[in-house]
Amino acid sequence: MKVAKFGPAFLILAAAAGRLCAGTYAITGATVYTLGPAGKIEDGTVVIRDGKIAAVGRSVAIPADAIRVDAAGKIVTPGLFDPKSRFGIEEVSGVRETRDDAVKGREFTAALDVAPAINPRSVLIPVNRIAGVATAVVAPSVTEGGTIVAGRGAVMTLGSTDHYLLKDPAAMFVALGEAGADLAGGSRAAAVLYLREALEDARDYLAHRPAYDEARRRRYRLDRLDLAAFEPVLKREIPMVVAVERASDIEAVLAIARDFDLSVVVDGGAEAWMVAGDLAKAHVPVILNPLLDLPSSFEALGASLENAARLAKAGVVIAFETGDSHNARNLTQLAGNAAAYGLPYEEALKAITANPAKIYGMAGRTGTLEPGRSGDVVIWSGDPLEVTSAPTQVFIEGREIPMTSRQTLLRDRYLALLRHRGALPPEYTKPEPK
Amino acid sequence: MRRRWRGVWAAVTAGFLAGAGCATAPARSGNGAVPAAGGASAEAAPADSSAVEFPPDPFPSTYAPLPSKTTVIRHAHVYTGAGDEIADGDVLMRDGKIAAVGPHVDAPADAAVVDGKGKFVTPGIIDVHSHLGVYPSPQVDALANGNELTNPDTAQVRAENSVWPQDEGFNTARAGGVTTLEILPGSGNLIGGLSVVLKNVPSRTVQGMKFPGAPYGLKMACGENPKRVYGSRKQFPSTEMGNVAGYRQAWADAQDYDARWKAWEKEKKGAPPKRDLRLETLAGVLAGRIRVQMHCYRCDEMATMLEVAREFHYHIAAFHHAVEAYKLPDLLKASGTCAAMWADWWGFKIEAWDGIVENIPMVDAGGACAMIHSDSEDGIQRLNQEVAKAWAAGRRAGLDIPEARAVEWMTLNPAKALGIDDRTGSLAAGKMADVVLWSADPFSVYAKAEKVFVDGALVYDRDDPARQPESDFVLGGFSGGGGR
Repeated sequence: MKVAKFGPAFLILAAAAGRLCAGTYAITGATVYTLGPAGKIEDGTVVIRDGKIAAVGRSVAIPADAIRVDAAGKIVTPGLFDPKSRFGIEEVSGVRETRDDAVKGREFTAALDVAPAINPRSVLIPVNRIAGVATAVVAPSVTEGGTIVAGRGAVMTLGSTDHYLLKDPAAMFVALGEAGADLAGGSRAAAVLYLREALEDARDYLAHRPAYDEARRRRYRLDRLDLAAFEPVLKREIPMVVAVERASDIEAVLAIARDFDLSVVVDGGAEAWMVAGDLAKAHVPVILNPLLDLPSSFEALGASLENAARLAKAGVVIAFETGDSHNARNLTQLAGNAAAYGLPYEEALKAITANPAKIYGMAGRTGTLEPGRSGDVVIWSGDPLEVTSAPTQVFIEGREIPMTSRQTLLRDRYLALLRHRGALPPEYTKPEPK
Repeated sequence: MRRRWRGVWAAVTAGFLAGAGCATAPARSGNGAVPAAGGASAEAAPADSSAVEFPPDPFPSTYAPLPSKTTVIRHAHVYTGAGDEIADGDVLMRDGKIAAVGPHVDAPADAAVVDGKGKFVTPGIIDVHSHLGVYPSPQVDALANGNELTNPDTAQVRAENSVWPQDEGFNTARAGGVTTLEILPGSGNLIGGLSVVLKNVPSRTVQGMKFPGAPYGLKMACGENPKRVYGSRKQFPSTEMGNVAGYRQAWADAQDYDARWKAWEKEKKGAPPKRDLRLETLAGVLAGRIRVQMHCYRCDEMATMLEVAREFHYHIAAFHHAVEAYKLPDLLKASGTCAAMWADWWGFKIEAWDGIVENIPMVDAGGACAMIHSDSEDGIQRLNQEVAKAWAAGRRAGLDIPEARAVEWMTLNPAKALGIDDRTGSLAAGKMADVVLWSADPFSVYAKAEKVFVDGALVYDRDDPARQPESDFVLGGFSGGGGR
């Protein structure tokens, strides 16, 4: 796996989606939420060709070779975009061997990149993509015995097992607040200092690399690779995603962003609504779980079901996270509840599609239904934000995704047992060969 | 992820000690304080054969219904909780009870009238698996009192002695329509201690919330948690077979304790045997006074536990977190044991690896008693959505279960599991007026509980800040407002 090692060379691995059996499809008759400039289109048509969206509109020429998909009475949206997941780096949360999301010890911090650890054949992926999740940021986590810098995450598509990396690195992940304080020795002050020192040293290192290599520069706390990894952050090429909940911690993040001229994203942000104006002014997005309304800690005393609505109203770009990759499929439920608590409907949809794409610099590729964008398209049985709705078909990078997962196989095996006891035990029930 | 593990994972690794209570159960027969099992429950409790005399409840309920007025909800879509629905119906509440339900009911002239047009009514939601109060918000060590991880069998402890009534989670759960809930010890032990059933009303004391006369439950746990907690300390049990040996020895000890008391009671000679609060509790289970609520994920483990129950002549009221219940609805049906499930949790540990969203409808379709549960201070606020999710997945899989029946998964069936279905859980005349008025169909993500009644009293009103209680803890903080 290719990982950026030095300099500004973070890779965008162009998706070769079109190469693989991506047909031409015309989805017709649906209510289409483009979430782009074309807005909502009634009785719309979406044409997918060569892995990309070829056309979207009310009166669109349907190519002769297109497979027509009648979606009358259904809803069509872009594929969902999970802004913070562990896809491919965690199978069973409680089984250590199946996890690659966090690193103990202080050998490496910023230089860690999740990409080489990602398993695109994870069982979690089909479970969630048949529920509409098409793209995800795979993010490292901080852990006890590690540092406040978790490392770098990547954007992956859930539609492919070969060319699945879309952007790597996509962001640097850091924790401040209570978790950061704990990792930094017991105080928020130490955590902020650690981060500031790392950024200062990285800036110094990048400006004097030859001198450092010749041992003519002062020593840094961080290793060469860690310092170099900050380069795209310092150049604003990728954002630094900082996990913080408390309003005052968010202000501390904004100060760091100002001082180092960084592009930052708030992750968590239980009290973000309290500093919504400052976030909007600084153009800092927030990734949050809009369901969290309890004072679960002393840094989340201001938690509110209206967090999302208040932030959006102030002009903050928001995206939703479930905090649980096994059930990333519940992004729609999060958005539905946010809508129930004041977030305008299309803003709620954007918080699980267009906005996360934008936050990670992927807006030109996915997150909206516009010509030229990736063929990440979901046909829903009904309102996608209703918990009773489900995709009838998912397309990722223009390919019709098989609507099966290990869970549908388990279901079907035991449905057979429920309906009629066969001559053989259920273990003999094999799925239809695909 | 961190949050969802309160009960199932993080809690058992945290190692914070619970305040150990002194376990006793009410007198073994005749005082009427605790019926052996809900009258209308599917299963019969074993005959009371215990010789152990129990003193009265040391922590008696002081719950009294809040003031109520005769109220009629008119022209609502009513789900009765017992499988029926009325598209345009009325519900009359009088003296804290359901007085009448039907297409049109006569109400006294002075009754408060609530316009239910375009709205929905269900019984109050019942959650059989909550750790509110014992793992409260804020989640700080000093308040984490749910797992007495000092012995694999702590049947003597009582969740009620750990419940902190100022947990704001009670209020947010009420805003989600939850009127009754069972608070359980955690799952780090084979036998974790007694649960307590609460009416979800604001109170300074846990006694003020205790559901009058509700049977106690004994929390037990299968599988990974107990063997991990004790195995990691090189203590017993460290394997599944160790777990099962642990339960069986506990029941054998309880039988022995019971026999010693019986022998003494016969002769009444010499000093009575020393009271043992742990064995007394277990003997209460064998006598059918205490209901077993057992954390058990896997199909094979549930089957084993049904065998253990058969060996020692007790009944398992419900398997909780029964992620694989869809694999054995036949056995659950035959034993009259309910399954309490999440809609979609899976994969957080091996025993949850086979979770599927069709679990609840498949258990229901298999003829067993199925229900939703939360195990989460967040999930408990939206159990209607969790039911809707599972119901819809069942429909897509071809299980044609009406919504009105799926409503039972959050009302009547949990009431059965708790043995209180003769008093609450459905909108039947004479039952407690535990009622929720929803802004829309509760199967919709946009539906909100507008008014929540407990024993006929309006305990939550989305339109009236005076009916939105807040805990002491959040006073003066930055309350998020807006139903938090």
